[in-house]
Amino acid sequence: SLDRFPLGEKRLMDVKLGELGSWLGKRDFTPNGVLASIRNGHDRYYNKYINVKKGGIGGVAMLLVGYVALSYMWEYDHLSEYRLWEYDDLRVPTTYSIIHLKAL
Amino acid sequence: MGTLNSTLKFYMPVLTIVPTIKSACLPRLVQLSHLHTSPNSQAPVPALPEKGGKTRHGIIPEEIFQLLYPKTGVTGPYMLGAGLLTYILSKEIYIINHETFAAACMGTVIIYGVRKFGPDVAAFADKLNEEKVQKAQEVKDLAMTSLAQAVLDEKKEQWRAEGRQMLFDAKRNNVAMLLETNRRERVHMVTNEVKKRLDYQIALQTLHRRMEQEHMVNWVEKNVVTSITPQQEKTSIAKCITDLKVLAKVQQAKATVAI
Repeated sequence: SLDRFPLGEKRLMDVKLGELGSWLGKRDFTPNGVLASIRNGHDRYYNKYINVKKGGIGGVAMLLVGYVALSYMWEYDHLSEYRLWEYDDLRVPTTYSIIHLKAL
Repeated sequence: MGTLNSTLKFYMPVLTIVPTIKSACLPRLVQLSHLHTSPNSQAPVPALPEKGGKTRHGIIPEEIFQLLYPKTGVTGPYMLGAGLLTYILSKEIYIINHETFAAACMGTVIIYGVRKFGPDVAAFADKLNEEKVQKAQEVKDLAMTSLAQAVLDEKKEQWRAEGRQMLFDAKRNNVAMLLETNRRERVHMVTNEVKKRLDYQIALQTLHRRMEQEHMVNWVEKNVVTSITPQQEKTSIAKCITDLKVLAKVQQAKATVAI
């Protein structure tokens, strides 16, 4: 039923799977467009979870959880040295073991 | 929590500085048709929503559960979470190290704290917000009452201004009275002056007549006195004496007859 509308103006959830590539091509990736999308996303999150009369913990908690997850991803390369086992090899890695883990 | 509103608003001014700088640099010509119109819409500001978006366990938005409900029922997202957790742990995408224990301890304390003190903190924040709203409402009510009073006063002034006509009538009467008194004063003055002049003329004429009369009388007397010659004077005096003697005799005779 949304076939009559041009592709570039549909929202992501309304785009069919096969049209995804062309839809991405039509999006605005200029710096102004990127800033506009960032601002839009911020406004949507802010107005839904924070700019309310009785906000719950979810508004801040989700931001903090996202921050934790993001910082874990940035540190993954460093943390991967403390792996307890390699994936396709059930041996304990020879460089480090549980006993020799550095106490940070 | 409402108190975070103010802290998160700290970067709102950044977004608003750019348009204000732009409008301050360019001079704007105001067309006559644009006076008394503002770009702000006249619609009332929509009220804030009561509650924010719902989250399950504080960190997962409710939309995920609603998304998966038709296909997997109520336990779907929990199964998804458990499966994801197992996958992440087994493939060591999440590595269990000493920080895991620290995170677990901190998580426990945080969850316990939020569960225990959450409602109190929320009530406190709500109270603060309530006070702010109440202050703003007081200001608004005060402004409304003062403006309503101003409207009433203005209507009263308009009613007063309708009495202008009576004022003008009174003033007109005053002016007419002044003019009338002035006219009468002048009429009096004119009559007095005319009367004075006429009286003067009358006095002048009577004076003339009197003087002529007296002058004529004096002249006649003088002439008569001078015309009386001494001889005439003697004969008239002798005649008077004889007349007087006769009269005396008559009188004496009358007197003796009476006795």
